[in-house]
Amino acid sequence: MAVPILKQGPFLIASIQSALTDTDVLRLQDDVMAQVGRFRSRGIVVDVTALDVMDSFVSRSLRGIAHMTRLRGAETVIVGISPEVAFAMVQLGMNFEDVHTALDLEEGLALLQATIGESD
Amino acid sequence: MTVADEAVRVPIEEDQDVVSARQQARALGEELGFGSTDLTLLATAISEVARNITAYAERGEIVLRVVHRAGRDGIEVVAHDEGPGITDVELALQDGYTTGNGLGLGLPGARRLVDEFDIRTAPDAGTTVTLVKWSR
Repeated sequence: MAVPILKQGPFLIASIQSALTDTDVLRLQDDVMAQVGRFRSRGIVVDVTALDVMDSFVSRSLRGIAHMTRLRGAETVIVGISPEVAFAMVQLGMNFEDVHTALDLEEGLALLQATIGESD
Repeated sequence: MTVADEAVRVPIEEDQDVVSARQQARALGEELGFGSTDLTLLATAISEVARNITAYAERGEIVLRVVHRAGRDGIEVVAHDEGPGITDVELALQDGYTTGNGLGLGLPGARRLVDEFDIRTAPDAGTTVTLVKWSR
């Protein structure tokens, strides 16, 4: 299932709606990279609230999105990691230290605003 | 509430099957009254061992069973394939070791997410990984 990506001003919001297969995750990577170029976006929020797990593949792919978009001049924030998923990621041994995270969409957008220096 | 002690068999051939295996385990765990953290830990462990099947063996099977011991309910997960097997199991259980292009967290990570972990494998003899998660 494709992940809808919405444009909101200088930012993109990728809102995951359900559990994703590995193929879906790779497609999300491609789609985000294409949209960043198309809309000249400065930041991306990826909302993972609906994800059932963040296993090693999903975690690595989201980290990949963060690193790749940074190379294109856009910052990525992952939002909506539930307490259960956070616990599993730590047990699994996932290193997510170099990725911006925030509690929810609102906090994620605020973080992007602050990082990029866009103000109203 | 009674839970049938029948095995749930999930063929693993493509990445949709990986999602299906972990969702069926989650449903089984919910019936048994597992807490949401344990459900997520189990689902994540299954995702790792199921992906190993599609990545290294192309196809295999995951069998889920309800098990009982000392008044506790658990879920046993047997991930079996007849793929190339693992030459050095000790190495494969170390963090960061991979012969594929992943992070090398699959097997050692899955082991940390469950209560019991067993692996039987040999070169050209397939791989069977057994996981058990007990209800708290």
